[in-house]
Amino acid sequence: MSWFSDTISSTLGRKVLMALTGLFLIIFLLVHLIGNFQLLHADDGQAFNIYAKFMTSNPIIKTTSYLLYATFIIHIVWAILLSVQNKKARPVGYAVSAAATNSSWSSRNMGILGTIVFIFLVLHLKHFWYEMHWGGIPTVMYDGVEFKDLYAVVNMAYGELWYVVFYVLAMGGLMFHLYHGFQSAFQTLGLNHPKYTPVIKGVGIVYSIAVPAAFAAIPLIMFLRTI
Amino acid sequence: MRIKLKVWRQKNNKDKGGFKTYDLEDISTDMSFLEMFDVLNEKLVRQGEDPVHFDHDCREGICGMCSLYINGKPHGPKQTTTCQLHMRSFSDGDTITVEPWRATAFPVLKDLVVDRSAFDRVIQSGGYVSVNTGGVPDANEIPIPKKAADKAMDAATCIGCGACVAACKNASAMLFVSAKISQFALLPQGQTERKTRAEKMVAQMDAEGFGACTNTGACSAECPKEISLTNIAMMNREFFGAKLSSDNI
Repeated sequence: MSWFSDTISSTLGRKVLMALTGLFLIIFLLVHLIGNFQLLHADDGQAFNIYAKFMTSNPIIKTTSYLLYATFIIHIVWAILLSVQNKKARPVGYAVSAAATNSSWSSRNMGILGTIVFIFLVLHLKHFWYEMHWGGIPTVMYDGVEFKDLYAVVNMAYGELWYVVFYVLAMGGLMFHLYHGFQSAFQTLGLNHPKYTPVIKGVGIVYSIAVPAAFAAIPLIMFLRTI
Repeated sequence: MRIKLKVWRQKNNKDKGGFKTYDLEDISTDMSFLEMFDVLNEKLVRQGEDPVHFDHDCREGICGMCSLYINGKPHGPKQTTTCQLHMRSFSDGDTITVEPWRATAFPVLKDLVVDRSAFDRVIQSGGYVSVNTGGVPDANEIPIPKKAADKAMDAATCIGCGACVAACKNASAMLFVSAKISQFALLPQGQTERKTRAEKMVAQMDAEGFGACTNTGACSAECPKEISLTNIAMMNREFFGAKLSSDNI
């Protein structure tokens, strides 16, 4: 099996892991967004709470969620590994750099953008994911069945201006991260073709703007409803 | 024209090095960048100082020997080799900063000269064909579609100067290695060693300590031979295809 470990530990292997986990996270974002739209129903959170219970109890979703946790960890750990390797490849930098003339800003700052998204992720998990699983959150009854009132927790967080501002800024970081990452993942997988690459790039631009914008719109709308 | 040159001076591989500033007057706009350096060096020799060491050979833009990181860009402001860069690309009174290529795999030997033999070792690991290709065959004797021949030729125009490594924020050599893998993978003569070549050249690239690719595209944008990023995608296909299907365990 040395051929397998050689492949995975090679520079190309590491990059492919980044691409595959990145693409899986891109799909996850869309699923998460569709779920978040439940927050906008004018039903005091019933649709959202039912959805949240389904997402934490359905066996298929639960299994997939473990894959998702692993994906996040691999994407983050391998990003650190690659950043260290890349730093080692050029320990002495240049005195003058004109990088802006040959490459996009987001492509050169994926690490910083990723770190912004990571900080957001940690707080986001603490506020909602941890609370839903292990926190003491209030419950509500719908048709005689008890549900955790995650909506109340979300609604309270989105009523705080600092949290909404932080959320919107983090989505800005995600936007630039996806703007480069989406098409970059396909290139790393070797999928560069005169027929499909323009389509991938076009879809990537639309996706990277639309999805974070839609995510950011939800807390904004909910904040505006509270005032 | 008058220019101020900020040049990296470093006695040897062990020396820490630093910038030294030189003022030059009466530089002709028709001079090439290297001719301007010749003028500086003649001046330094007359003054009994050590001339600035830099790599150069053909001065025709085809050998890949010249380097220099000029004002933040490999080969300077024009997408060509340093020897084909002319002083008319600068303005009177400009300060021009000249640095060596920076990469662990390209150690500085002296001043602006770096050791690029890492590229040679990558080529030695698999960048060749072991079949006799004979003399120039008659047209259409070997079944190579024109499109494939053009693509292979586009990849083969890489002169191995290392501007891709110098430009890349990760000092990655993927544009170079991918061009060398592609040029053979596209032609029938390269098929025999196709898989082993991709495996060995990528392994040697990693062993030399080059960085990973972030797909910034800086390499291709700065390449004097305009090698395309599609070669890197092709290398990835070649490498993973080879790893999955070759009998090298």
